Amino acid sequence: MIGRFLFSTMDKRGHVFLALVAAIGLAVPLANLLVPAGSPFHVSTATMSLWGKYLCYALLAISLDLVWGYCGILSLGHGAFFALGGYAMGMYLMRQIGSRGVYGNPILPDFMVFLNWQELPWYWWGFSSFPFAMLMVLLVPGLLAFVFGWFAFRSRVTGVYLSIITQALTYALLLAFFRNDMGFGGNNGLTDFKDIIGFNVQAQGTRAALFATTCTMLAAGFLIARGIVGSKLGKVVIAIRDAESRTRFLGYRVDRFKLFVFTVSACMAGVAGALYVPQVGIINPSEFAPANSIETVIWVAVGGRGTLVGAALGAVVVNWAKTMFTSGLMAPYWLFALGALFVLVTLFMPKGILGTVQGWWEKRRKPEAVPAAEPAPAE
Amino acid sequence: MNAPVPGALTSSLLYLDGVSVSFDGFKAIRGLSLTIEPGEMRAIIGPNGAGKTTMMDIITGKTRPDEGTVMFAGSVDLTRLDEAAIANLGIGRKFQKPTVFDFHSIEDNILLALKSKRSVLKTLFWQTQAAQQKRIDEILGIIKLADKRDRLAGSLSHGQKQWLEIGMLLAQDPRLLLVDEPAAGMTDGETAQTAALLKAIARDHSVIVVEHDMGFIRELGVKVTVLHEGAVLAEGPLDQVSANERVVEVYLGR
Repeated sequence: MIGRFLFSTMDKRGHVFLALVAAIGLAVPLANLLVPAGSPFHVSTATMSLWGKYLCYALLAISLDLVWGYCGILSLGHGAFFALGGYAMGMYLMRQIGSRGVYGNPILPDFMVFLNWQELPWYWWGFSSFPFAMLMVLLVPGLLAFVFGWFAFRSRVTGVYLSIITQALTYALLLAFFRNDMGFGGNNGLTDFKDIIGFNVQAQGTRAALFATTCTMLAAGFLIARGIVGSKLGKVVIAIRDAESRTRFLGYRVDRFKLFVFTVSACMAGVAGALYVPQVGIINPSEFAPANSIETVIWVAVGGRGTLVGAALGAVVVNWAKTMFTSGLMAPYWLFALGALFVLVTLFMPKGILGTVQGWWEKRRKPEAVPAAEPAPAE
Repeated sequence: MNAPVPGALTSSLLYLDGVSVSFDGFKAIRGLSLTIEPGEMRAIIGPNGAGKTTMMDIITGKTRPDEGTVMFAGSVDLTRLDEAAIANLGIGRKFQKPTVFDFHSIEDNILLALKSKRSVLKTLFWQTQAAQQKRIDEILGIIKLADKRDRLAGSLSHGQKQWLEIGMLLAQDPRLLLVDEPAAGMTDGETAQTAALLKAIARDHSVIVVEHDMGFIRELGVKVTVLHEGAVLAEGPLDQVSANERVVEVYLGR
């Protein structure tokens, strides 16, 4: 049943995407580990980790596209779920440091020793176990999304109002995590990681494995999202996006459907954050910054909203451009470029890169083709 | 199915008594009483602002009345339920402005409306059974859209959208259909076909039709209720009602 659910509605675009992710997930670690450093085919560990970061963002973008592109919920706080997943992973990595920290305390992370804390707060319990931490990566963002969504969707908060409260949610978390007495390392966050399941986080082999895992999770996230939007539930969700009250009069409990996709999406964002942290080496409260969540919306819009593949593409393209831009003379102008990109895409490519390319392709193949389905404009 | 439920307070399918609702002090409905018998088709007419749409909002759970009784199938108090629960009880609604799902194919529109379990898990792992597919095909035939089944609903003409919406109502298989201005914006030919379609539906469903078009009402040939300022002004066959002096006054503004 699960196989049918995941694969029965897969389209050609999805197959191409999966094949591409699989190819990258295999080729890049091999090119890093097996090809000698002098060869033009060698991929450096730094480059691999950089692209690993892009792929984490791609998974985050897919999770946002699931709620925004298909269900019309413009979440401006998805970075919060990403960061919470990241913190869960960060807490596990902190506990793995053991007595190798600066203060050499076998139980307490350095920042707690520094703050004169005597014992581990209860919410850090269990994080030395990898399975427990991975469960929390899913559970913490999922639970927050569930509780938040429960109240918001039942009270029928929609449109701009919902966007604003999601933004407030991530901002509130930003402020909370900045506080030292929250017990999450304050504004320095969690860093100086040593091991992940017994392997050195900095080691080339570990980095390659993390990259391959990211590709696997990206593919899995895509399959789940694709399975959802291809099912009848996906049709209901699109119906909610386009005519919410009509869907209600058909007898669907709109709030429950929204809650389902929102929660699944938050779990997915949490996984993306968890993979991001060991590859970047740090997690701090700035990940909760509202601007991060807004950037994610831009990636999805640039790539093509309501296509899943486009969201992933947008995340990689925009972040690659960001790296190019911010590491040179152009660095001060990146935010202007990002803003301009958003305006230009909205004006000239409302369907994003993927939608526009697909439009050209279909026109070339059959000139009188019926226009492809596209999401209604955001509320 | 239409037999009175044991313990029912009334044998009517729909029973409204003394219903009132006001918005910011404006009384949209004042003391409205109305009963619909099982299997009955009823036309509701009235000038703009008479409370026709508000009445539908109350029956379908969109608006809560300030006072009064709204009972369905004898014993179900509709004022305590929300839209989805009322829809699942078997009350279907077609809106004045055709609202179909523009980015779904015509077939998917019918599939979404098709009577079935509406839970999240049931829809996630949904598989259309042969009998359900047959019913979808049947409905597509009735509303004359079978050859366009794969087209997006957004590409349909206004009249076709109205039919698609009637088809969606059929797919829901409700016990009571509320149809708001089905002939609005239709050509004369389309209007006649729509009247025939509704008459066919009324053979095994209870139907309430709200309409402005007198020709259309005449075509339906059913009992008429005239609403005015949120209450019933007159009730009876069209000829009798249109001879009523008060009705003429209200409509012509004398």
